[in-house]
Amino acid sequence: MLRKIFIAIAIVVGAAQPLLADNAVDPKADFKAFRDYFTKRFPKVPLDDFVNGPYSMDADLRKQWKAIDEFPPYEFAVEKGKEMFATPFKNGKTYDDCFQNKGIGIRQNYPYFDAKSGQVITLDLALNQCREANGEKPFDYTKDEMAALTAYMAFTSRGKRFDIKISNDPRALAAYKIGGEYFYTRRGQLNFSCASCHVQSPGNHIRTEVLAPALGIVAALPIYRSEWGGMGTTSRRFTSCNSQVRGVPLKPEDEAYRNVEYFLSYMSNGLPISGPGARP
Amino acid sequence: MRTRALIRMAIILSLAAPATEALAANADDFQAALAKAEAANKQAGAIKNQWTTTAGTLKAAQAAAAAGKFDDAVKLANDAEALANASIAQAKEQETAWTQAVVR
Repeated sequence: MLRKIFIAIAIVVGAAQPLLADNAVDPKADFKAFRDYFTKRFPKVPLDDFVNGPYSMDADLRKQWKAIDEFPPYEFAVEKGKEMFATPFKNGKTYDDCFQNKGIGIRQNYPYFDAKSGQVITLDLALNQCREANGEKPFDYTKDEMAALTAYMAFTSRGKRFDIKISNDPRALAAYKIGGEYFYTRRGQLNFSCASCHVQSPGNHIRTEVLAPALGIVAALPIYRSEWGGMGTTSRRFTSCNSQVRGVPLKPEDEAYRNVEYFLSYMSNGLPISGPGARP
Repeated sequence: MRTRALIRMAIILSLAAPATEALAANADDFQAALAKAEAANKQAGAIKNQWTTTAGTLKAAQAAAAAGKFDDAVKLANDAEALANASIAQAKEQETAWTQAVVR
């Protein structure tokens, strides 16, 4: 009898898929678990609607958003970004020369793991690398020009579906795993992780804000936030989240942040780009 | 009688005096407390887990010291050290604890 119990346990344990928490990294298994968690928790939310963050969680907030969207507050940023894209650098080259398809309709492919440099490349990092390669100074990662450029690139990619790749390169798998670890790790004096709000509490309020689900959360970036009175990038959002839980933020586009973005973007594979977004 | 009363008073005062002196902090005490707090916060920085409140408390400690309020300054420096140590403990605990939150 005991022998049969041991065999049964061995079969169950052997059949269990390795998850992020385990030593072996299996992004596909993590993806399925993540997707199932949100779709089961919010069965009435159409899958694509998760990219609308808090608006997929709260009907009243959604009505307000639809009203705002008639005159989107990120419009100026998109126009500025378009103009910057068309303006040559001092050496005569443009942003077109740095990106596939001249930078149009490619937002959904970022971030990616660059085997040559052994790191995750986000769109924002790629833009500053483009500038520096052409003799220009890099932009501040959090707002203004960087937000305008990424707003324009997101706008040209609207509706295209996230297609983030994680190869079998152990460095890419490690970057993905580290990104996931950061996402689930509690930090700051308030002892919150990203998951505390965006996995455990989406749709709930934190002070006056409705929390967005982690599924699809990067799809709307960069965003115009009413709270900021302006545009902000992924870096602005990550650093301000850290400060809000009383954790000293890392430098914008720190390797840890890029790995988090890699993890979250992979989890959003198949969901459409909705950026640039407008948020409360 | 009077002599005994005076002797009694002298003994009581001599016992009280050292205790009173020990309560008042000075600049050296503050520097020692600050050094410990800053070392702990630097350690937290090395593991990328500093708290904003630690930095704020260190600043408040330095402001109190600059105003000559060394008792307050030492207390704030000690608070900052405690906050820094708590942030280090958090990071160490989270090295394994994060796995409990993973969606399965």
